[in-house]
Formats: sequence, C-alpha cells, structure tokens
Amino acid sequence: MDADSAVGLVDGKNMQMIKNFFKTFLLFELIKGMAVTGRYFFARKITVQYPEEKTPQSFRFRGLHAQRRYASGEERCIGCKLCEAICPALAIKIEVAEREDGTRRTTRYDIDLTKCIFCGFCEESCPVDAIVETRIFEYHGEKRGDLYYTKPMLLALGGKYEEQIAKDRAADAKYR
Amino acid sequence: MINLEIDGKAVETEHGSTVMDAANKLGVYIPHFCYHKKLSIAASCRMCLVEVEKAPKPLPACATPVAEGMKVRTHSEIAVKAQKGVMEFLLINHPLDCPICDQGGECQLQDIAMGYGGCESRYQEPKRSVMHKDIGPLISTGEMSRCIHCTRCVRFGQEIAGMMELGMAFRGEHSEIMSFVNSSVDSELSGNMIDLCPVGALTSKPYRYTARNWELSRRKSVSPHDGLGSNLSVQVRDNKVLRVAPAENEAVNECWISDKDRFSYEGLNAPERLTKPMIKQDGKWIEVEWQVALEYVSNGLRQIRTASGAEQIAALATPHSTLEELYLLQKLMRGLGSNNIDYRLRQSDFSADGKQDGAPWLGMPVADINTRDRFLIVGSFLRKDHPLLAQRVRQAVKKGAQANIVHSIDDDLLMPVANKSIVAPSDLANALAQILKALAAEKSAALSVEAQKAVEAVQPSAQARAIAHSLASGERAAVLLGNFAQQHPQASQISLLAGQIAGLCGAKFGFLGEAANSAGGYLAGAVPGATGMNAAQMLASPRKAYILLNVEPELDMHDPQLAMAAMNAADMVVALSAYKHHATDYADVLLPIAPFTETSGTFMNTEGRAQSFRGAVKPLGEARPAWKVLRVLGNLLDVAGFDFDSSEAVRDEMLSGVKVADKLNNRISGVALQSPPAPLFQRGGHPVPPLQKGAANEVSGGFQRVADVPIYSADAVVRRAAALQKTCDAATPCVVMHSSEMQKLGVKPGDTVKVTQGKATVRLVAQANDTMPAGTARVAAGHHATAGLGAMFGTIIVEPVNGDRT
Repeated sequence: MDADSAVGLVDGKNMQMIKNFFKTFLLFELIKGMAVTGRYFFARKITVQYPEEKTPQSFRFRGLHAQRRYASGEERCIGCKLCEAICPALAIKIEVAEREDGTRRTTRYDIDLTKCIFCGFCEESCPVDAIVETRIFEYHGEKRGDLYYTKPMLLALGGKYEEQIAKDRAADAKYR
Repeated sequence: MINLEIDGKAVETEHGSTVMDAANKLGVYIPHFCYHKKLSIAASCRMCLVEVEKAPKPLPACATPVAEGMKVRTHSEIAVKAQKGVMEFLLINHPLDCPICDQGGECQLQDIAMGYGGCESRYQEPKRSVMHKDIGPLISTGEMSRCIHCTRCVRFGQEIAGMMELGMAFRGEHSEIMSFVNSSVDSELSGNMIDLCPVGALTSKPYRYTARNWELSRRKSVSPHDGLGSNLSVQVRDNKVLRVAPAENEAVNECWISDKDRFSYEGLNAPERLTKPMIKQDGKWIEVEWQVALEYVSNGLRQIRTASGAEQIAALATPHSTLEELYLLQKLMRGLGSNNIDYRLRQSDFSADGKQDGAPWLGMPVADINTRDRFLIVGSFLRKDHPLLAQRVRQAVKKGAQANIVHSIDDDLLMPVANKSIVAPSDLANALAQILKALAAEKSAALSVEAQKAVEAVQPSAQARAIAHSLASGERAAVLLGNFAQQHPQASQISLLAGQIAGLCGAKFGFLGEAANSAGGYLAGAVPGATGMNAAQMLASPRKAYILLNVEPELDMHDPQLAMAAMNAADMVVALSAYKHHATDYADVLLPIAPFTETSGTFMNTEGRAQSFRGAVKPLGEARPAWKVLRVLGNLLDVAGFDFDSSEAVRDEMLSGVKVADKLNNRISGVALQSPPAPLFQRGGHPVPPLQKGAANEVSGGFQRVADVPIYSADAVVRRAAALQKTCDAATPCVVMHSSEMQKLGVKPGDTVKVTQGKATVRLVAQANDTMPAGTARVAAGHHATAGLGAMFGTIIVEPVNGDRT
C-alpha cells in the first residue's frame, strides 16, 4: 500500500463515521429493519402447518430404510455386503449363509439407525435395488434399541410401502 | 544371456526364458490368467498378448521365448487393443454375478477387467451355462459357468498333485472342466486348485458364502499338522477363523498347503471345544473357575508326590504342541522331581535313547529334496503323512530322480517308482540289510566289521540289488525314514542300517518328522533322559498320576489298550485339552487350552527351522494358552524359574545361545547293529503260517498288523474338521489283505470281519489288495473304529463273522 492511498483511507474512514452517526441518530437502521418485517407481514405465508400440512418430497428423499422383495415374493437381497462395505457410519451388519435351495441369502441384516447418517450410499451400491431409503421420516424410538432395525422389520417396511418405493425408483431411473 | 528391451527398458535374461519371465524380472506387469510360475505353460487365455517389434501380430508373453535384441511393448496401441479384445471375449460367457461370487473382491478376472478391459460389451446373445458337478466335500463347483478355461486346475493335478483328477472335456464353446464320471477330487493337495482358479469357478465348500474377502484380517501362522511347518495365512473375522490360505515361503511350502492345513480350521470351532475348566466330583463333571481347577491339580500332584514319590507322576504331550509348551511341561516335571516325560507317543523302540548324537531331523534343508537324484524312502506313507514333501519328491522324480521304496504297503505315490521292496513289517530291517549288502557289493566297498557281521547271513533279493544299483548310480542321494519306520519296534536297527546305506552312497540321511515339533521336542528337552521313563515304559508300569498335554490316549498312543489301562488305573489324570474327548471317562481334571490359532508359540520343523507365530484370535471361552496354564501350575507347585511374561521369554530361555544346527544329528552311537531276523514269510508262494513258534499269538488267521495313521485322523484338530471327515481319506478303516489270504479265511471283499488284537475285538469291513505282503493285514490306527485294538505293530487275528452280525 503506498502513502497516497493510505491518506485517502483515513479521509474515507472519517467520512464514514459521520454518516454512521447521523444514521443512528435518525433511527435509519430501525426503519430499515422494520421494513423487512413489514414486507413479510403482508406477503404470502410459506410456513407449513406440520403435521397437518407437509412439504412436497423428492422421489430421491432419503428417509427410513426398507428391504424390497420381487413381485414373486422372493427377497431381493443376495447378501453381497456391498452396502456394509460402503457404509461410512458402519451402521449395517450382515451375516450370510447358503439357503437350502443353494442361493446366497442373509441370515442377519441389521441397520442401526442411531448410527446411520442417511447418506444413501447403501442404496446406491446395491446391485439388486434391495436396500432402499423410503420417504418415511416420521419414526421414533422410545428406547435406544428401538432404532435398531432388523431384517424382518426392514422387509415389513418394504412390503408395506412397495408401491411408493417402486414408483420412486421408476421416476429416478432415467437419471441413473 | 540374452538382451532385450521391454517398454524401452533393457533387461538381460537367461537363454530359453520367456518374455513373461523377463517382464517379471524387470517388474513390468503383464496381465495373465493361465500363466502360473509353478505350472507349465498353456498360453490358452491370450490375456498376456504384447506387441513385439517385427512380429506381424501380438504374441503371448508367457509362451514367447526371448530373442536377442527383441523389442517388446506391453502398453502400445496394438497391445492394448489386443488385451481389450481378449477381455471382451473372456467376458462373453462369464456371468456378471460378482456380488454373489465368493471370489468377488479377490478375483483376477475382476481386477484385470477393471484394469485392461473395455467399458462395455457388445455381446447381446444368451450366455452359456454349465451344470455344476459334485467333486467332493472340499471344492465347490457350484458355478462352473464362470470358468474361463485357463486349465490351471488341470495342470496342477497333472504336475503338482501327480494325479489328473480334473480335465477339460468337449471342444470350443462346449468345453467344460470336469472330473471323471461320478468321481470326486481326492488329492490331498486339492485345495490349492481353489487358490489357483483365477475366477470363482472352483471355490471352497466349507467357506462358501460365509464372508467376503475384504472383511477378513489375515494373520500369519504355522501349520501344526505335519513335520513341514507350512506357513499359513489364517483369515479371521469377529474373532473366528473363517479360512486358511497358504503364505508363500519358497524354502518350506512354496505356494502350496495340504488340504489338512487348509481345511482343518473347522475343527477349531467344533462343538466339542472345551471352554471351561472342569473337575470330576463323585463321578460327575462340574465346571469350575481356573483358580479352583489349578489348585486342585497342584494339591493332587503334591499329595501323590508326598505319598508315592515324584517318579509316580508322568507327563505325555503330543508332538503337535508348541516348543514352549513342551519346554514348560518338562521343566514342570523336572521341578517336581520326575523325569517321566515324553512326546514320542507312537514310537515303540526307545533303545537309541541317550545314544543319539542329536535330535533326529531331515538331514538337509527341505528345499534340497528337489535337488536329489536318488531316493530311498523307508517305511513311509509318504503322500498321506507328508503331502508337500511327497510333492517335492515328485518334482525331483520328474527331473529324472529315481525313487526307491522299502515299505509294507504299496500305496500309489503318484510318481514313477524305480524299485520297491514291499515286505512284512517284521522283515523291514532284513530288507534294508539286503540293500546294504548289495550296495557294498555294487560299490566294492568294505563294510565295518559290525555291519559285515550283521549282513553276513543275508541274501540280497533281486529288488534289493536293483535298489542298490539305483542308489549307487546317483550323485546326490537321500535316504529318508518315514513315520512307519520310526514307529517300528526295530526303529533303531532300521535307522542304523539306513544310516550305513546312506554312508556308503554318500547320501543325505534323514527322518521325515511326524508332527510340527518332532525334531523340536528333543531341543525342548521333552524326553525322559537317562533316569526317566519313556512313553512306552510309563504305560507298561502304570503311574499314579498322568498329565496329558493335548493327548487322546486311545488315538495318539502306540498301544491304545495299554494306554487306556494305565489311564483307568491312575489315581489322577490331568488332561490339558482343547476338546472334551474321551478323557471324560478317566480324567479327574479337564483344563481347556488353546489350539495353535489361539496361542503364540514356536514350531521347529523337520529341517530344524524354528518358526514362531502369534495367536490369530482370542482363546474361545475360558480356554487359555497352554504355556500360561503350565506357567501358573509351576508357580502353584513352587517350582523355581517359572516367571515368564510371554511365550517369547520361554522360547528365549530355551533357544537363546543355542545353535540349533549343532543339536540336530541323526547318528546313533552305542547301539549294536544286530543281524536282522530272517524273513518270516516266503514270497512268491504260499505264505508260511505266520509268527514265531511258541508265541502266544500263534493262532490260525494271525496277521502282522500294518498300521497307518489316516491323514485326517492324525491330530486332535483334524479329527474334528467336518468337511475333511467327509472325504474318502477319512472313511472308516478297513482290513486290507491279500486276496489269497481272504480266500483261505472264506471272506469276500466287502464282508464284515472280526479283528482281534489282545483283548479287544472290533468289526471292520474286509478289502482285498494284492500288493499286500503275505501274512500282513492293514488296519489303521488313530481312528475311533480301531481305537480298542492294541499296538500299532503286533499280531491281529482276522475271523469271518459267522452270520451273527450284531
């Protein structure tokens, strides 16, 4: 910084101080702030009256997990453990065994929702679209263990919301 | 030497090597599937195509010999185009089921497809599918559609295992890898095919679908199952061993391990595992705390020592125990004032004790076996007892070595055998004496006075002369004594004669160690010494108290009848065991100890290589490493020098400052060479009625027992490995006899017969085998079906069951 501009800065600073003094003295800031309040007071309201009203959701919404089945009733999951491997929060625990018919199936598929960060990697890594994140975000647990979801719970969710899940996957398909 | 250039870098390789060898030397990676450094070259996958200057087309690196001034490009446009093309072809029929494939994550096809393949396939038509075949309980061929026809498994069978059990049938797109019709893959090395398969076509059946490879931690370990000490990579998850793979060590196991090493891990988690200390009170077993159990043991031992003297206490350990365990056990015993300790449980001739110049060992490094040009293998079930040493002998034979066999069983060694002398167990020493005499004549060498006297009356047979001729014509011979020779009642005579033969032809002379610490036990001092009792004496004159370290007396001892009688008569039997076994019938205390994956320790293999390892997982339940248990017992019994913090401290006390090489010596001095007993049986005609005149067992139908220890019954862990127990090698033992003997008994192959030895009778199925020497019958030891019988060498009586099948 050279000497000339330094002098100019000092001048400009003094000018600013005088302006600020008058603005404060005449309550200019208060009026400006009240104007914002006033504008929103008369504008159209966007507050959602939850739970009576709800915001629209994307078909990519990442809420509660579910496990899907094929139309035949066969569970989709093949126990490849890619979701377990990719999960950054280590929330998924899987055990696999050979079922009587020789196919590879999980004997345990647990998601600890207290660990889950809802990043959606599990869903993305799944080669058979078995584990999905649904639009459900209103769930709770009264004890810590209530948020530990096991395979039957996840399959039940999948069965219950399959229609919506399938619709969402179809909507998303063209972007994949 | 030839100079060539790969990717602009100059390299010098040997004449006759291939471009692949040169690239490996240079560190340039060329993708490949069918090429394997230990197998012959097939050049069938075409993945290793590279551009060679002045060659009109890309050439396969694995099958192109190097030439002077060659210029190779592995990443040029032509090479990359060729590799991409090959990859696209390979993936035409390969199912894209990586997510359910056990090979997923460690698959060469997956890796190379990522690195060298294109991004998409143009193939739209249906893929071919191949039906799976059942090839036994170890290898799963569940998805043969994944096969890319590299033929590594086929070449492994032909070249390494010695038996072509898998082959490629049909042609072109219809080619399939399969075994012969309805037959399984029975090689004792078959598991290596799983490692060799670059895709998921051959996978491990017991491991199937249990884990993905990225979940596993790999821990180094050493195999306790045979004398070789194969290096293992024990793969664990959640504190459980889920599979075992080889760790490469060119000097020991190369890149192979036997099925026993690979699949016995199932036994580690067997339901019979002992997980809490137990005490028998009023005939009932109750679980107690360690403190209670150990105090019970120490009080019991103190009482017996005070009441009857320390020499009434005896300790037996298996040679599968670690050096540290053996060392602490003998230290404990000596601290108590007793020298009654032994680990040579199946040995029966102890006349060389105290007269050996060192611990019996292989007599050469393991890797030297490949360089021998003549072998004399005496009394060894080589393939089953030492699968990987047999493989090394096989490689030597392939390079032109001659194998000569002296044994009581003519098992197929899966290699050309130059000469064999198959004799009854009682004639083994005689057969060696014949060879010695013939060899002296062949070499026109003079024998020592003693040896000359011993072989004077012996008449060398044609086979003996042929073996002598073979040995004399070689330059680097080896004379090896197997388990059968070491367990023989004339073991020291056999050893002396074999030593003389080795001396005459300048051969290396060695023992094939039976178990992980067969050589090491001597260095640990787990032998009785001059004043103590050896394994046989301890049982012949029963002691009041026995400490058993991982021993199952009815299966691990030379004479189960004697052993069980001694155990049943003892006042106190302390069984340190990883398993709840028959000890519940006779023991007073069961102390749960950890098998090799759960403890640290050292195994000294048959070449004297001490290999230490750490525990791969935590001990199951309340089991504890045996060295810790023995350490605390030492403290409780106030034995001095038992303050060890780690197994390494135990090892250092034992081995620091000791030059192992000086402690290994096969020479016996001070045992007189006797002239061997004349052959009991005539060969080539009808057998003379067996056995010595006037002997108690002179009964019609008496046979000399030839006892092997079946490969999957050799130690406690293997016996409980579920998949191995379903293999052909684990089938219930049969009585095998010459068909003429069976006719005389009026027995047909497949009939059930009564086999009597000593006081016990068992019922076994009879089988005919016309290579059995006259007057002998093969009845395996170490198996529950024959555990009631007596000594491994002895007379058995075989009788037909007269319709009274019960």
